[in-house]
Amino acid sequence: MENFNYHRPATVNAAAALLKKSKGGSYMAGGHTLLPTMKQGLASPSDIIDLTAIKGFSGITIGKSAVVVKGGTTHMEVATSAAVKKAIPALAELAGKIGGVHVRHKGTIGGSIANSDPAADYPSACLGLGATIVTNKRKIPADAFFTGMFQTALKDGEIITEVSFPIPKKSSHMKFPNPASRYALVGVFVSQDAGGKVRVAVTGAGPKVFRVPDMEAALSKSFAVSALAGISAKAKGLNADMHATAEYRAHLIGVLARRAVEAAK
Amino acid sequence: MPAISMKVNGKAVSGNVENRTLLVDFIRTNLGLTGTHVGCDTSQCGACVVHIDGKAVKSCTTLAVACEGASVTTIEGIAKNGTLHPMQQAFHENHGLQCGFCTPGMIMASIDIVKRNGKKVSEEVIRRELSQNICRCTGYHNIVAAVQSAAEKM
Ligand SMILES: Cc1cc2nc3c(=O)[nH]c(=O)nc-3n(C[C@H](O)[C@H](O)[C@H](O)COP(=O)(O)OP(=O)(O)OC[C@H]3O[C@@H](n4cnc5c(N)ncnc54)[C@H](O)[C@@H]3O)c2cc1C
Ligand code: FES
Ligand code: FES
Repeated sequence: MENFNYHRPATVNAAAALLKKSKGGSYMAGGHTLLPTMKQGLASPSDIIDLTAIKGFSGITIGKSAVVVKGGTTHMEVATSAAVKKAIPALAELAGKIGGVHVRHKGTIGGSIANSDPAADYPSACLGLGATIVTNKRKIPADAFFTGMFQTALKDGEIITEVSFPIPKKSSHMKFPNPASRYALVGVFVSQDAGGKVRVAVTGAGPKVFRVPDMEAALSKSFAVSALAGISAKAKGLNADMHATAEYRAHLIGVLARRAVEAAK
Repeated sequence: MPAISMKVNGKAVSGNVENRTLLVDFIRTNLGLTGTHVGCDTSQCGACVVHIDGKAVKSCTTLAVACEGASVTTIEGIAKNGTLHPMQQAFHENHGLQCGFCTPGMIMASIDIVKRNGKKVSEEVIRRELSQNICRCTGYHNIVAAVQSAAEKM
């Protein structure tokens, strides 16, 4: 791992100024994506700007209609929050399935979303609940946020300060983890809002998180496993690697979507 | 090189490190505490688990400079006055190790599991929460038995 300058600013503005001044710096929150990437020699930032000392950068607030998670909140905080478990149980469950305990103690929601790993879990909750990603500059709807494999709508230097998840009527998350890495081979997040509209978001299967319009339309008419009969995900364009073929991933989408609908609460 | 200071196993320590120095290297090389192991290059094996401010984390995926002022506990810091910690004793009694390479990380992770889940922690929870501590020898069975036995005594 190459050496770098290290900074630990106390405010979002100071962090943004430090990044701007650096030659090729990077923010770091939990470091559980950045440091492994640097160890592999895939990244060598000139500066690391550690966001974890910023005051008020982590925490959870539950409003009337939304759960707001600050950018630096760890996976463990979300997984064990009694308030999240009550408002959006599937969100707490999803956070509790990320990596292992040690990863959850360090990894943050902002880092996960900024990274847009095709196999990461949080992007499916963002898209599956129609979340809003709040930065130090603007608000970005989840539908416009994840633009590609490891690509997001974030501009250079933009910092995720909050993610706001609308509280649904029902939701559920199902994950088939890769047994070695614990990342999602396929993960499916399903939600039904107060008006009955359904979102189905899939991670792990394609180059980025995506929605399944056929399933959403059928479930919006009737929120039952039977509504999914005859609807299958297409294998074309899905990921294929040593762990699973595109056909297998497509099959898993159907299985996990049915299980998610059955378990939704 | 930046100077850092923190508490390790209750004692104030300090040293000079590069910004890129990982906590595990500071612990092993600067402090000579070689009980904490490095089993992989990919943040996946759990051999390097220590507690920072009471939480189990991977010291191979933590910068030493980021631990300025923190309180760190390693496997060397859990026995009290020459008496093994109940978790160490339980690994010994239940034959929860063979080569011992994964054991420091297993024990630090297991103490954290019992702290968060209590004395009545189930086998299912232990297995799930140890899933990122990899052992090439034991088949895990005796490790799980050791954690359950220690949980009652902690
Ligand atoms: C062994 C292992 C298993 C894992 N398993 C899973 C899994 O099952 N599911 C899963 O989803 N993830 C998994 N992860 C990834 C983990 O959740 C990471 O912690 C997470 O993806 C990144 O969060 P971080 O806080 O560690 O980010 P960092 O590594 O600190 O940063 C990642 C990137 O995001 C940027 N960044 C960080 N915070 C912000 C912010 N607030 N605003 C803007 N940019 C920011 C950084 O500049 C960097 O480019 C795993 C990781 C490991 C090591
Ligand atoms: S050495 Fe393998 S996870 Fe730290
Ligand atoms: S006892 Fe040998 S690796 Fe676990």
